[in-house]
Amino acid sequence: MNTDNNAKVPAADPFADERLKRTHFYPRAAQLNIRDAWSAWNGYKFADYYYDAEYEYFCVRNGCATYDICPMQKYFISGADAETMLNRMVSRDITKLNLNRVTYLCWCTDAGRMVDDGTVFRLGADKFMLTCGSPSLAWLRKSAFGFNKLSIIDMSDEIAALSFQGPTSCEVLKQMGLEGIDSLKPFNIIHFPFGDSGGNRDDKPLMVSRTGFTGDLGYELWIKPELALDLWDALYAAGENYGIQPFGEAATNMARLEAGFIMPGMEFNEALKTIHFQHDHSPFELGLGWLVDFKKPHFNGRKALLKERDARPEYTLVKLDIEGNKPAEESHLYSDKRCNHEIGYVTSAMWSPVVKANIALAMVKTKYLQGDIWAEIYYVKELRHYSKTVRCTLQDKPFWAPARTRATPPLAY
Amino acid sequence: MQHYDTIIIGAGHNGLICATYLAKKGQRVLLLEASETLGGLAATREFHPGFKAAVAHTVSHFSAKVARDLNLTAHGFDSPMVPMPTVGLNAAGEHVVLTGIGVDAEIIGVSAEDAASYRQYRQLLQRFVELLEPFWLKTMPRVGDTRWSSLLTFAQLGLKMRLLGKQDMGEFMRLAMLPARDLMDENFDSELLKAVLSWDGLIGSKMAPRSPNASVLTLLYRMSGELGGAHAIPSGGIESLVQALYSAATASGVEVKIGARVGRILIQGNSDGLKTTGVELADGEQINAARVVSSTDPQRTFLELVGVENLEIEFTNRIRRLRCDGYVAKLHLALDGLPNFTGLAKPDGRMIIAVDMDAIEFAFDDAKYGGYSQQPVMEIVVPSLRHESLAPEGKHVLSAHVMYVPYKLKGGWTEDARAALCQRVIDTVAVYAPQIKAQILHSELLTPQDLEQTHQVTGGHWHHGELSVDQMLMMRPTYEAAQYSTPIPGLYLCGAGSHPGGGLMGGPGHNAARKILE
Amino acid sequence: MKNYDAIIIGAGHNGLTNAAYLAKAGLEVLVVEKNDYIGGAAASREMHDGWVYSSCSYVCSLMRQTIHRDLNLTRHGLLLVPYLGSLCFGDKGEVLISYTDPEVEYNALRRHSPHDADAMFRFHTDLGRYAQLIRKTLLRTPPDPTSWRPRDIKELLWLAKEFWALGERELYEYIRFFTMSAADFLEDYFENDLIKASMASPGIIGTALGVQSPGSAYILLHHVMGDVDGNIGAWGLARGGMGAVSSAIAGALQEHGGEIRCNAGVKQILVENRQAVGVMLENGEELHAGIVVSNLDAKRTFTQCMDKNDLPEGIYEKAKNFKIRGSSGKVNIALSALPKFTGVPENHYINRGGQVFAGSLESMERAYDCWKHGRWSDDPFIESVIPSAWDPTVAPPGKHWMSNFVQYCPSKLANGPWTPEQRDQFGQSVIDKIERYSPGFKDLIVHMEVRTPFDIEAEIGLTEGNIFQGELTIDQLLFNRPFPGYAQYRMPIKNMYMCGSSTHPGGGVSSACGANAAREILMDLKRSNTVPEDDCYDE
Repeated sequence: MNTDNNAKVPAADPFADERLKRTHFYPRAAQLNIRDAWSAWNGYKFADYYYDAEYEYFCVRNGCATYDICPMQKYFISGADAETMLNRMVSRDITKLNLNRVTYLCWCTDAGRMVDDGTVFRLGADKFMLTCGSPSLAWLRKSAFGFNKLSIIDMSDEIAALSFQGPTSCEVLKQMGLEGIDSLKPFNIIHFPFGDSGGNRDDKPLMVSRTGFTGDLGYELWIKPELALDLWDALYAAGENYGIQPFGEAATNMARLEAGFIMPGMEFNEALKTIHFQHDHSPFELGLGWLVDFKKPHFNGRKALLKERDARPEYTLVKLDIEGNKPAEESHLYSDKRCNHEIGYVTSAMWSPVVKANIALAMVKTKYLQGDIWAEIYYVKELRHYSKTVRCTLQDKPFWAPARTRATPPLAY
Repeated sequence: MQHYDTIIIGAGHNGLICATYLAKKGQRVLLLEASETLGGLAATREFHPGFKAAVAHTVSHFSAKVARDLNLTAHGFDSPMVPMPTVGLNAAGEHVVLTGIGVDAEIIGVSAEDAASYRQYRQLLQRFVELLEPFWLKTMPRVGDTRWSSLLTFAQLGLKMRLLGKQDMGEFMRLAMLPARDLMDENFDSELLKAVLSWDGLIGSKMAPRSPNASVLTLLYRMSGELGGAHAIPSGGIESLVQALYSAATASGVEVKIGARVGRILIQGNSDGLKTTGVELADGEQINAARVVSSTDPQRTFLELVGVENLEIEFTNRIRRLRCDGYVAKLHLALDGLPNFTGLAKPDGRMIIAVDMDAIEFAFDDAKYGGYSQQPVMEIVVPSLRHESLAPEGKHVLSAHVMYVPYKLKGGWTEDARAALCQRVIDTVAVYAPQIKAQILHSELLTPQDLEQTHQVTGGHWHHGELSVDQMLMMRPTYEAAQYSTPIPGLYLCGAGSHPGGGLMGGPGHNAARKILE
Repeated sequence: MKNYDAIIIGAGHNGLTNAAYLAKAGLEVLVVEKNDYIGGAAASREMHDGWVYSSCSYVCSLMRQTIHRDLNLTRHGLLLVPYLGSLCFGDKGEVLISYTDPEVEYNALRRHSPHDADAMFRFHTDLGRYAQLIRKTLLRTPPDPTSWRPRDIKELLWLAKEFWALGERELYEYIRFFTMSAADFLEDYFENDLIKASMASPGIIGTALGVQSPGSAYILLHHVMGDVDGNIGAWGLARGGMGAVSSAIAGALQEHGGEIRCNAGVKQILVENRQAVGVMLENGEELHAGIVVSNLDAKRTFTQCMDKNDLPEGIYEKAKNFKIRGSSGKVNIALSALPKFTGVPENHYINRGGQVFAGSLESMERAYDCWKHGRWSDDPFIESVIPSAWDPTVAPPGKHWMSNFVQYCPSKLANGPWTPEQRDQFGQSVIDKIERYSPGFKDLIVHMEVRTPFDIEAEIGLTEGNIFQGELTIDQLLFNRPFPGYAQYRMPIKNMYMCGSSTHPGGGVSSACGANAAREILMDLKRSNTVPEDDCYDE
């Protein structure tokens, strides 16, 4: 299933099969990737950063920036049984999701362990789009077994998606001519005409959702591959005076940590890809209990989750404010300063440039949440290794949650 | 609207047994049967005017305890039964004949060494049969269940194995997983004898003599009971057993409704979760009950009657992937007279057509690819010899289980395909009973697909699912449903798809009732 | 005449490992070998000018790295290089290319089936989980479940605990996996037949079972539970061929003062007063030793190298019934150039891996059916590798050596004994099949060596040419291997032991059988243990 872009690799290339796939925005993104800093995501060549990760991060916080989310998995789930099927699979109540709304949710194994998290878009009474970070087709098919009026299509390669984040993102979209974008509420979807369809008001190939993974004001733009580069060009033209800039995985990781969002492979292992028991996670451990709706009579993992809620999970994911300025990457956590009694570990950590704090997400044994938490931090100064033990303070709220993220229309910036 | 304590779906023998046990304890029980006859695969039906037959043509290990508990003798079932000889047919009339029961069976047509080996072999197996026997009528505990009674069951099994002694225990753990072929080769020389003895480990399943891991366990399962693996036909026929079960059921107050096909099992959900509330018949009528017990196969029960939206995903997948494609076809012949098998005075016995284990193996090979063998192997009885009312006077019925006939035939089971197979089977029988073709008044061949349709068994599988290690004991049909209760409160299983399994045995019905009454 | 502490019969890799550990513990040991070369089935032999064939076994993944490290095998010349993916050819000419890089692998699978590309993650996770438990048992002596000795009970409890810790769901999955067929097992993961065939292929290698035979899923695991540097499922090539494994272990043996004698086939194990006292060689020479360790398979040991009268009652019968079936042949081909395969890009990342001519599940099963009828497969399953693509020592520069492992091939033909003509026909069927996927292949052939199970038995001494020294079915695994009651390497005759692949954990170039046997021997001799118990990787 080579994408069109792949066809651009010369046929004579003996390594064509081994090369990573290129996203629909690759021709533009490659030009801007000054450092050729690529990593991989779902088989796609994917920017780690373009020039300077921290600069890109500040574009998200200070202006606007794009993040190529083509490699994200996208599935169309449609048919008369679609709602029932999804509602049984996920722990939130999908029946409450209105047309042109998006919701963040997770789904679990029978044992209540998290398979993955993602978002569901309701695009019609019987039509949904599910997006998630890693391939989920096998689980979706398994979940779909027994439902006859249902189709699941893997659209991952067939939709170009661009995340557009930052305080000036709304303004830029307005400049691009997306009328009424400022009245789009968080988690809402709106469709716009684009490209050739200008004359035909009913043809609205550009879908915009007010969603993102940065904890800031932001949108995600969805369009068919043929219009991908046009979209990029239009957006970059409109954003020229607003400092538009692409950002990569590194900056995303910074922004999402400040917002307190979890990342697969960092905060949690997908249950079906976990060899060792107890190395996977339940939504309660990850602080996602709010995604579990026990008012629903049945959904996958309900019994096990109910049990876990009552017994409390062994670990709980928490946000930590840590003394000093050395990021507590991979630190172990203790209940005492002498590091005798281990109670957890840090999953992601960084120095937050906007809030000027040393922040982290960490897994802490639930029964020790009330007491002291100390982190043993290893750090390097000019190749000499040091360690120190510092106090951690629990944080309830995300480290970064500006009002503009949720305000409609977005506050001027 | 009527309200019952328990509704049981399916009036096969397990449904009848479960219903009776519950009713005897004072429950109001409604037993619903989709077809017009009782007994499921044991139901006797007229396949030609004046000629009758049942898919299950003999009785072998029907539980003595069930017969006693339900007082079946008083209801007309004559137990104990007279065992039939088992005959390995040879075209030249040099048959191998086993008569009698278990260790004491007499065997003719083989060398003195084989006869002696047989006794040794049978004694060894008998010790294993006795080891396992108590567990067929127990509820197998869930792994991880730390209740005293559950641990006791495991401890008991462990202890009993230890008590076999060093030698036998070691042998048991080796033999349990051995392919039938190796077990036979280790013990006997006569090819025909090997084929005959391996037959009971293989029939009904998707296994051949070379297939490891389940046939010996199946053999031991079938050797349980008073007949020690021998087969019999009660003088009143299989009919009399079904009739006795029905009579026992109604006598204890079970309400039986035939022609009542269940469309779905009613499940109600609220913030406390799901709960079974009754059933809805195909005609839309709803009947409420505190619990519903299904004796129909697990796939039909869960995937059709319950519906996947009420089940968990991995559980659904485990039910979906249950291996339950049938590989046995049924042949019924209405005969003008008693068939004459070369070298047999009277065809009174269970006659097996399989000259050697390779014949079974190669017949199986075709079925693997969705075909059937041109040299089918089969088990034949003439039930009308023992149960006279199956045919008009002087006339007879021949009944055969034909292996290996796939559920899914390449190209589909068309009329022509069925007729071609029927002809092939008759030709094969004629090798051993040369005059038979002239005696045939009517022939009927039921493929696994026909059995599925007429008896509402998914895949047409006798046992509602292969008797293979991963689908046995506390894994039958799958964990979370192996103790007769299911993930949905108020829904139980009591059919052959549950432990201990299929065959006219009664274990699942008995065990399920005990579980429900707990 | 010299009286040795121990004589080991057979200089295969397990015999050498066993001897090396005994020598390391200070015993005077002698390994006697019937052939004029060491290594048994793990040998490198120059069969054609400039070409060195690994005539029998050809890959290495089960080799315990604890032993590798412990015996300093690297210093003795062993270098293992992991495979880089593989090719799998389908009946219709379709090709599945597998890669070691997960992203590239994902894309490759996605070209065949997006569903299966996703399912593969779960498949590898599950296999990893199953492998993890079994791997823990590899360097442990199986307990005797019928015994009341504290050691057995302790070991049995350990096993029970490990299984119990899996929990209900996994225990169920485990039993399922252990007892079912590879085809049924894969059905739960994949939809694409070529992917299934490719994944099923380890399930039949070396066994007399088909992909549809219950029990083949375990064989699959047996082939993928090995690792190279902790990468479970990875396969490796020994630089210089499999003989490098044997010669490295022999080097360790000699370093510790052990002796090896070639051209010294054993005619009989000498028994006096129900105690093994030595061996009589084929030339009539008698060698005496405190203990005798047989690295031959169980059937050969008891039915050919011992006097039936020396054996306790029933042992001969057990050995006779021991299932050791020849089902695989080997074709080694010297090539004048690297073959090209239709539909496969020519690049060196791809050719540094295996080639599997699997066809489909059905054609694999049909290949097995032929074996049941006592003939070689009309359309054989072939697993190939071209080690010369990255091992410069096995073929002249620019030339290549292709190892082809072929299923199925019976040790006895239904229509009489193997003749040279029939062997040639068998070899022909193999190159005919390869030619179908690599037009012009035949023109590249410089030399070809064909080995049927009959030939393997005749030369190597493996009964029926079975590569595992006995089928890996549950009735012959763990405490049932080779027979119940004799799974702890001690044989019914005092001072006699077994150390070959007929014992736990079974076939494969793992050195585990030999090492485990050495541990038991040292225990009996009340010597301190020199054999490692646990693997280096913290799993």
